[in-house]
Amino acid sequence: MPRILVILAHPQLAQSRVARALATAAGQAGIEVRDLYALYPDYLVDVAAEQAALHGVALLVWLHPVHWYGMPPLMKLWLDEVFAFGWAYGPGGQALQGADLWLATSTGGPGPSYRSDGYNRYFFDAFLPPYDQTAALTGMRFLPPLVLHGAHRATAAEIDAQARLFAERLTCYPDWPELHTLDAAAPCPVPADARPAD
Amino acid sequence: MEQSTWLSSLLIYLAAAVLAVPLARLLGLGAIIGYLGAGIAIGPWGLKQVTEPAAILHFAEFGVVLMLFLVGLELEPRRLWAMRRPIFGGGSVQLLGSAALLLGVGLLAGVPWAPALLAGLGLAMSSTAIGLGALAERNLMATRSGQSVLSVALLQDIAAIPVLALVPLLAVGAASQADGGGWLAAGKAFGVIAAIIFGGRLLLRPALRWIAVSDTPEIFTAAALLLVVATAALMQSVGLSMALGAFLAGVLLAESEYRRALETDLAPFKGLLLGLFFIAVGMSIDFAVLLAHPGLMAAVVLGFLALKAAVLWGLAHVTQLPLVERPVFVILLAQGGEFGFVVFQAAQQAGVMSGLTASFLVVAVALSMLATPLLLLGADRWWVPRLAARAGRSAAAKPAEISEPQHAPVIIAGFGRYGQIVGRLINANGLSATVLEHDAEQVETVRRFGWPVFYGDATRLDLLRTAGAAQAKVLVLAIDDVAQSLKVATLVRQHFPQVSIVARARNVGHYAALRRLGIDHVERETLDSSLMSGRQVLALMGWQPHAARNQALRFRQHNIELVDRMAQHLGDEQKLISLAKQGRQQLELMWAQERDQQAAQRNRRGWQGDEIDEQVDGHQASTATDIAARAAPGE
Repeated sequence: MPRILVILAHPQLAQSRVARALATAAGQAGIEVRDLYALYPDYLVDVAAEQAALHGVALLVWLHPVHWYGMPPLMKLWLDEVFAFGWAYGPGGQALQGADLWLATSTGGPGPSYRSDGYNRYFFDAFLPPYDQTAALTGMRFLPPLVLHGAHRATAAEIDAQARLFAERLTCYPDWPELHTLDAAAPCPVPADARPAD
Repeated sequence: MEQSTWLSSLLIYLAAAVLAVPLARLLGLGAIIGYLGAGIAIGPWGLKQVTEPAAILHFAEFGVVLMLFLVGLELEPRRLWAMRRPIFGGGSVQLLGSAALLLGVGLLAGVPWAPALLAGLGLAMSSTAIGLGALAERNLMATRSGQSVLSVALLQDIAAIPVLALVPLLAVGAASQADGGGWLAAGKAFGVIAAIIFGGRLLLRPALRWIAVSDTPEIFTAAALLLVVATAALMQSVGLSMALGAFLAGVLLAESEYRRALETDLAPFKGLLLGLFFIAVGMSIDFAVLLAHPGLMAAVVLGFLALKAAVLWGLAHVTQLPLVERPVFVILLAQGGEFGFVVFQAAQQAGVMSGLTASFLVVAVALSMLATPLLLLGADRWWVPRLAARAGRSAAAKPAEISEPQHAPVIIAGFGRYGQIVGRLINANGLSATVLEHDAEQVETVRRFGWPVFYGDATRLDLLRTAGAAQAKVLVLAIDDVAQSLKVATLVRQHFPQVSIVARARNVGHYAALRRLGIDHVERETLDSSLMSGRQVLALMGWQPHAARNQALRFRQHNIELVDRMAQHLGDEQKLISLAKQGRQQLELMWAQERDQQAAQRNRRGWQGDEIDEQVDGHQASTATDIAARAAPGE
C-alpha cells in the first residue's frame, strides 16, 4: 500500500466542524494524521521529525480550513521550515519528488461568494496557484483539491458525506479515475543563476 | 429644621464611630466594643446626643441582613446542604436546651410559666450581629467553630418565626386564633421561599449580567442593594426573617460570576450599618433599670450566660469541636441577641410580660452583648492558651481536616507559590479544583485571600479519596517536599490509575524519580523561568526577540531530552558528568554549525551592509527558522 500522510492544521480544532470530521474519518481508516497544532503548541516545529515523517510518502494530504485565503499560520511555518532548500527543492532537494499533493479544505464563504460578482470576487481556483507552484517546485503533482464551501452552514449530513468521501478516496488511492488523465509531475530544477553564487 | 437634625445626627454617629473604634482597637479591644462604647457615650445616659435609640436600632438591623447576605455569598448550595445536620441538630439542641433550662430556673424562682417560657426563648437566642461580626473581625468564618456558630445562628433565624407566633397564643384570653390563618400564612411563607429560590436561580444572574453590561458601577451597587432590600421586604411581608431571606439570596449567588463584585460593593454598607447597629445597642442600655436592681441584674446576666455556656459546651463536646476552638464557639453564642428585644417587646404588648420585666430583660441582653467581646478578650488571654497546652501544642495550631467528599475534576496537592499559579490559571478558565494543603499556616493565609483550601495531608490515602481522587481527571502534584511528593505520586499511581498526574520537580533528582514512577508531565520548577531570563539576555544583547524565544525553546527541548537520558544513569556520577558534558557539546556544536551556515549564506547572497548591521544580523539569524526562511524561494 502506498504511503499516505495527512498533515492537519486547525488553530481551533475544538470549534472545527469539517477538518475535525475529515481527520477523524481518515484516522478511523487507518491513515496517519499529524495534527500540527497538537504536536507544536509552542510553534517550535521539529524539522528532523517532520522530514522523517515525510520520507517515502506517495500521497501527501494537507487538511486545513481556508483562513484569509490561505493556510493557518502554523502550517505556513511548517512549510517554511520543513520544505528546506536542499531537501525539498534546489540542489539535492528531491525528498518529495514524484509524490502527489492533495489539498482537502473548507471555506466559510458559500460557493457562490467565490465568483466575480460575489463578495470574495474571485473564483476559488484563483487562490490556489501558491499551492500548485509549491508542488511544482518540489516535484510533486498537485491533485484537484477537495473543497467544501459554506462550512458554517453545512448540515451534519453534508459534513458526514464529505468525511466519508475523504476516507474513501484515501483508502482507494491511487485508483482514482482522474489520476489517469493527469500527467506525472516533471522535475522543476532551479537554474544555477537564480541565486547568488557561493 | 428637619434637615439639620438629620445632618447633626449623621455628624454625631460618624464622629462617635470614627473616634471610638480606632481608640478601642488601639487598646486591643476590637471594633465591636468601640461601637458599643460610642453608643453608650452618645446615648441618653451619656452625652444625651441621641434620645430615641429604638428607631435607629430598627433601621440599623439592616446591617445584619446585609451581613447574612454576604455570609450566604461565601456558601455554595452544596456546602449549605452538607451543613444540614449541624444546623437542625446542633442548632435545635442549643435553642431548645437553653430555653428549657432557663424556663426551669424561672419556674423555680416563682415566675409564672408563660412569661418564663418567653423569657427563656428570648434569652436563648444569640446575637447574629455579634457572633458573625466577631467571626469576620477575627477571620474565623472558615474554621469549624465559625461554621458551628453560623449553623446555630441560622437555626435561630428559622426558629424566630414560630417563637414570635407563640407570643399571642400565650396571651391570656387571646386563644381565639383564626383557624385558617395559620395555614394560609405557612403557605404564603413557603411560596415566598420557593419564589426566592427559583427566581434566584433563573432570574438573578441574567438580571445582574444585563446590569453589569450597562457598565455603570453605581447602578450595579444600587442593584446589589436593591436585591437585598427586595428579598428582605418579600420575606417580611409574609412574616419571615429578613436576614434569612437575604442569606438564601446570597447562597443562590454564591456560584455566580458576580459573587466578588457583590461582595466588594456591599461590604462597606454592611460594615457601616452593623457599626450603627452596635452603637444603637450601646445607646439602648437603660442605666436606670440597671441602677434600680444592680444585684438582680448581675445575677440574671451571669446566670443566663452560664446556663447557655453550659449547653454550648456540652454541644461542642458532642460534636467533637477541637478543644482550642470551643471558647470562641461558646462565647459567641452565649449572649442574648437582637431577636430577644423583639420577643420581649411583643410579649409586653400581648400582656404576657409587664413593661418593667421586659425592659429589665432588654437591658440584660444588651449587657450580655457588651460582655461578649470582653469575654472573648479574656478567653484569648487566659482560657485558650491553657486549653492549647492541654490539647498539645501541635494539635492546637491545626485547622480541621478535609471531611466532606469533593467532586472537582482537578485536585491540587500543595498550594504554595507553585500550586497557586496553576490554580489561578485553571480557575480563571472556569475549571474548579479541590485544593489540599498540609501547612496549617499556609491554609490560613490563602483562605484569607478567598481560596477554598482544605487542610489535609495528601500522602494519606483516605484524604485523597475524600478529595475525590477516584473521580478526578488530573492531580496537580505541587508539593515542595521531595519525599512527600514521591509518596503521593506512588500512592496515586497505585490506587487511582485513571488520574493524570502533572507534577512539579524540585530538581533533576526529583524529576528523574517522578519519571521513573511513570509520570509523563513533570516540570522542573526553575527551568522555564531561567530560560525566560536567558531569553531576555539574548534579546538585550541584540537578538531579535522572536529568535531569542526560539533559541530558549530549542534549548529547553534539548535539555529535557538530555535529562531524560541522564535519568537512566542516576547514581553513576561519572556517567552523569560525561553525559552532561556530551550534551552541552552537542548543542554548542549544533548551534555553531548553524551560525556558520548562516554566515555562509549571507556571504553567498553578497549582502552589503555596514559593520554593525552585519554583526547584529549574524547573531539574529542563527536559528533553523531563520535559515529556512532566508533560503525559502520567492525572496
